[in-house]
Amino acid sequence: MDGVSFEVRQGEMLGLLGPNGAGKTTTINMVLGVLTPDAGAITIGALDLAARRSEALELTNFAAVYAPLPGNLTVEQNLRVFGLLYGVAALARRIDELLAAFDLERFRRTRCGVLSSGEQTRVGLAKAMLNQPRLLLLDEPTASLDPATARDVRARIREIAARDGTGVLWTSHNMVEVAEVCDRVLFLSKGRILLAGDPRRLPGEHGRANLEELFISVAREPLALRDGGG
Amino acid sequence: MPLFAWVVVDVVLWGLITRYLNTFTGSSYDFVPALLGAVLLWDFLTRVMQGVTMAFFEDVWARNFLNVFATPLRISEYVTGLVTSSVATSAVGLVVMVAVAMLVFGLRFTAYGMFLGPFLGVLFLFGIALGIVGITIVLRLGPAAEWFIWPLPAIISPFACVFYPVSSLPPWMGAVSRLLPPSYVFEGMRAIMLGRPVHPALLLGGGALALLYVGLACLLFVRVHRYAVRTGLIGRYSAESVS
Repeated sequence: MDGVSFEVRQGEMLGLLGPNGAGKTTTINMVLGVLTPDAGAITIGALDLAARRSEALELTNFAAVYAPLPGNLTVEQNLRVFGLLYGVAALARRIDELLAAFDLERFRRTRCGVLSSGEQTRVGLAKAMLNQPRLLLLDEPTASLDPATARDVRARIREIAARDGTGVLWTSHNMVEVAEVCDRVLFLSKGRILLAGDPRRLPGEHGRANLEELFISVAREPLALRDGGG
Repeated sequence: MPLFAWVVVDVVLWGLITRYLNTFTGSSYDFVPALLGAVLLWDFLTRVMQGVTMAFFEDVWARNFLNVFATPLRISEYVTGLVTSSVATSAVGLVVMVAVAMLVFGLRFTAYGMFLGPFLGVLFLFGIALGIVGITIVLRLGPAAEWFIWPLPAIISPFACVFYPVSSLPPWMGAVSRLLPPSYVFEGMRAIMLGRPVHPALLLGGGALALLYVGLACLLFVRVHRYAVRTGLIGRYSAESVS
């Protein structure tokens, strides 16, 4: 990563976009405290992640397709374990709320390992919401969901984020989804922020028909875009 | 079930061997406390080590590294959790081992007298140190390094003098043996069986060594964890597991 600097505002949905290897997951790992940046600082709330890691991470949570919850534990056991790790108050009630919110009530006592990938994704999202994080990191959260479920989940995340004032950092390769969900996007390429702006206006500003066209340009001609070309 | 199944198999196997050996010595020497007792104590150490490593491997096998290390959990709390888990699992194993050895083979732990507690304490501490070294190796080298960890007790056992005195070792092995806390325990155990005095200072030295190793193992783990965070190993292990 090189000179990457951004802010996720309260209640904002910020899309982090870019081709494979652009640095999206690396950025998320840094914010999660599992990868230390060579230089610079990460602040969550008013807390410096390097100096007050534990307190800062209490304010975050994440869901990613490459971080499934242990398959030998039931949905409820997983939510309880992670609820305890995040110090969630009134945990039993919170688990009930999330099981209802993500339509997981019938899987309460089912081991996560036997759930479909879409169901596991919903469990991961429920885990990510456990502590009502101020900063929520979602790495391709709807990648395993069918279109109808993905739409419901997007709506649910937007609703929760708006209600709790959660800032969301969202990565996705689904540009329609990004345009629908995100208030602002950052395009990453080779570890740098190439473009930033409103996902509905940004394509037009760069002479592209839509966000997907702009994404393809970022992937194929990053230098042209960085130098201000359309 | 896995907590005591292998323990029972071990105790039954070695219990039968000691019974068979006793038929040759008659009443002149009882192999039960010497041989079966040694097996049991060594098994205890192995269970303590595995108690730490198994709890860690559960996270490795479940591809749960990223989920756990991205929580507010402090690294000291994580290691304390592994040790606590080991205390619980090894205690279950110990109770089963002792029960089978006493009821089926007549092993009397009272034969070790007041030294039983220190024996178990030293072995427990060294088992914890070995367990922490084991998980450190896996954290540094990746999930595939799990196979380096399982044989660790077997590699150490010839130097720990579980079944024979330190004096029977070649000098270089004897030197290594003196650096291993379990060798003080097994020397003490054999001294009791032969009616010789146990030197508390030596056992105390073994305990101090074990404590030192626990401290060094924790330091090593913290350093390797820092390295893993600096280089992104934790995130990479999760990504590798999925791919």
